[in-house]
Amino acid sequence: MLGTGIIKGMVETARNFVGSYTDKERLTTVEYPEERIPAKENARQFPFLVFDGEDPQAGLRCVACQICEKECPPQCILIVKDTTKKPDYMGKMQFQPKVFDIDISVCMSCQICVEVCPFEAIKMDTEFELSRGDRFGGLLVNKTGLAKSNAHYRRIHPAEAAEVDSRLAAEKAKAEAKAKAAAAAAAPAPATADVSKK
Amino acid sequence: MMDWIREFLGMLWKTVSDQPDPKAAFLPLIPEEWRSETSVLLSIAPLMMIFPALFALTTVVERKGLGRIQNRLGPNRVGPAGFLQFAADGLKTLTKEDIVPRAADQLVHFLAPLALVVPVFLTFSVLPFGRHLVPLDLESGLLFFFAIGAATELSVFMAGWASRNKYSLLGALRAVAQMVSYEIPLILSALTVVMATGTLSLPQIVDAQAAGNGEWLARWHVFTPWGFFGFALFLVAACAEANRAPFDLPEGESEIIAGYYLEYSGFKFALFFLGEYLGLFAACGLGITLFLGGWHAPLPILERWIPSYAWFFAKLAALIGLFIWVRGTLPRVRMDQLMNLAWKFMLPLALVNLLAVALWHFLPNPLARWAASSILLAGAYVGLGRALMPPSRIGKRVYRYAPQDSR
Repeated sequence: MLGTGIIKGMVETARNFVGSYTDKERLTTVEYPEERIPAKENARQFPFLVFDGEDPQAGLRCVACQICEKECPPQCILIVKDTTKKPDYMGKMQFQPKVFDIDISVCMSCQICVEVCPFEAIKMDTEFELSRGDRFGGLLVNKTGLAKSNAHYRRIHPAEAAEVDSRLAAEKAKAEAKAKAAAAAAAPAPATADVSKK
Repeated sequence: MMDWIREFLGMLWKTVSDQPDPKAAFLPLIPEEWRSETSVLLSIAPLMMIFPALFALTTVVERKGLGRIQNRLGPNRVGPAGFLQFAADGLKTLTKEDIVPRAADQLVHFLAPLALVVPVFLTFSVLPFGRHLVPLDLESGLLFFFAIGAATELSVFMAGWASRNKYSLLGALRAVAQMVSYEIPLILSALTVVMATGTLSLPQIVDAQAAGNGEWLARWHVFTPWGFFGFALFLVAACAEANRAPFDLPEGESEIIAGYYLEYSGFKFALFFLGEYLGLFAACGLGITLFLGGWHAPLPILERWIPSYAWFFAKLAALIGLFIWVRGTLPRVRMDQLMNLAWKFMLPLALVNLLAVALWHFLPNPLARWAASSILLAGAYVGLGRALMPPSRIGKRVYRYAPQDSR
C-alpha cells in the first residue's frame, strides 16, 4: 500500500508510450484498406470449384457425386446432375453438375466439403472482401461464380496445390500406362476384351 | 460603431496581454441599463468557449495517448492526425435518437444532465485563471467551489433514480457512496491551505504563493512537505470525485453496463460526458490554485515574458496528461478497496496532514519545521501503509481430500 507498484506501472506505461513513437516494431496495427499483409496460406473463407484448362465450365473437376452436398453440416450446397457426360482429366467420361449453388449466408467455412471431395474439385478460397451495396444480392453463388482456375489455387495455397497436382499427374500417368498395357494385351483378341468389359 | 469595434479589440488585447481591468474602456460604450448584463456576459463567454473546447481536445488527446500506451495508433482518420475526431463524435451524438424509457421519470430524467453541467460551470466562476482573470472574486471562493461542486452528486442520483433501471440505480448508489467518501479527504486536504494562508479567497491564496522580494523560487505550497502531501491526497480524491479510472466504478461496464447514465443516449449522454470532464478540469484548476501556485510561474523571472494565464493552462494541461497517464496504467479498484482507501488510509493521512500544517505554522525555525512535518508525514504514510497491507495469503497449497503427498 506504499505505492511502489503504482510507480512501477507508470514507468512501464511511459516506456510503452515513448517506445511506440521511437520503435516501429511495437506497433502491431496494420492500417487495413491502405496497407495489408499477405494472406496466410492456411486462411480459408469460402469454397470454390477448381477447373483445369481454359474453359471454366468444360474444365470443372466436379463430377456431381453429391458427397459434399450430403456432408455439408449447414446444408448450403445444392447440386443437380446433368444428363450428359464429359471426359475428366484422365479422359474417363464422368457426370457433370448442371446446377452447383452455394448459399454464402449459410456456409460456415468449415472446409468439410473440401475434405470429403475425392476428386480435388472443391477448395477453399482466401478472398474475404465480399461485401456489396445491396442486401440480398450475391448471397447465392452459382456454378459460374464458383469456378476458379487451378492457377488461382496454386497461387493462394502453393504447397497444397503442388501436392494435389503431383498426385493427379501420377494417377494420370498410371492410368495411361495401364490403358497402354491393356491396349497391347487386347490388340490380338478384341472380341474377348469386349466380353470381359460386360 | 468604429469606436465600439476599436474598444472591443482593445479589450481583447488587454485580456491577452495580461493588463488589469480589460473591460474598463469598453463598458462605458454600452447603454447604462445593459452595462451589468454585458459585463457578466463578457466574463462568462470565454469560460463557455474555452473549457468545452479543451474538453473536445482532451477527448482526442486521451484516446491517442491511451492508444500509444497500449502500443496502438489511436484515432488518426478524421482531420490532420485525427485531431478532428471530436467533431465527428459531436455530430454523431447530436444526430442520435434521444431515447427516454417509458417507465422513466420524464422530468427528472431530462433535468439530470443539466443539473450536472450547470454546477460544474459555476465552479469555474471562482477560479483565478490569470493575474486579472477572475470571473467572480468571492471572499469565500473555496467554500463556494465545494458547495456548488457537491451538487453534482444530486444530479448523479437524479439520473440513476429517474431511469428506473436497476443498473442505473446501482451505479448511482456507487457514485454517491464514492463521492461522499472522497469529498472528506478532498476538503480536508484543501483545508491545509486555508490553515496556512488564513483565507478562503482563491485569488488571495494565489497571492500567498508568489515569490517574496528577491527570492528566485516561487513559494508554491507543493514545495512544502504538507503541501506535497496535501496535493497528492487532493489529486487522488479529485480523481475519485470525477469518477475517473481507476475509480470509475459507477460506470463499471463489465458489471453494471454504464452505471447511472445507462439510459441516456444522444446529446444527453454527451452532456454527462462533458460534465464529467469539466468537473475534472475544475478540480485540476482548484488543485493548481491551492498547491501549484495558481497562475504564478515557478521562477518569478519567467513571469515577465509569459502571460499568467499561459502558466495556468500549462499546469492544467500537465495535470490532465497525468490523469490520462494514470488511466492508462491502473486497473479499476474493487468497491471494498475503494472504501478502504478513502476511510482507512486517506482520511487519517489528511488529519495527520492538518497536524503537519499546524507544526509548520508554529515552529519558527525553517529547518525544524521542515524536519518535523516531513518526519510526521513520512512516518504516518509508511506506518499506515504497512499496517493496512493485507497479510500475504500465498503459501503451500493444502488439499482437503487428496492425500498430502499425492503428487
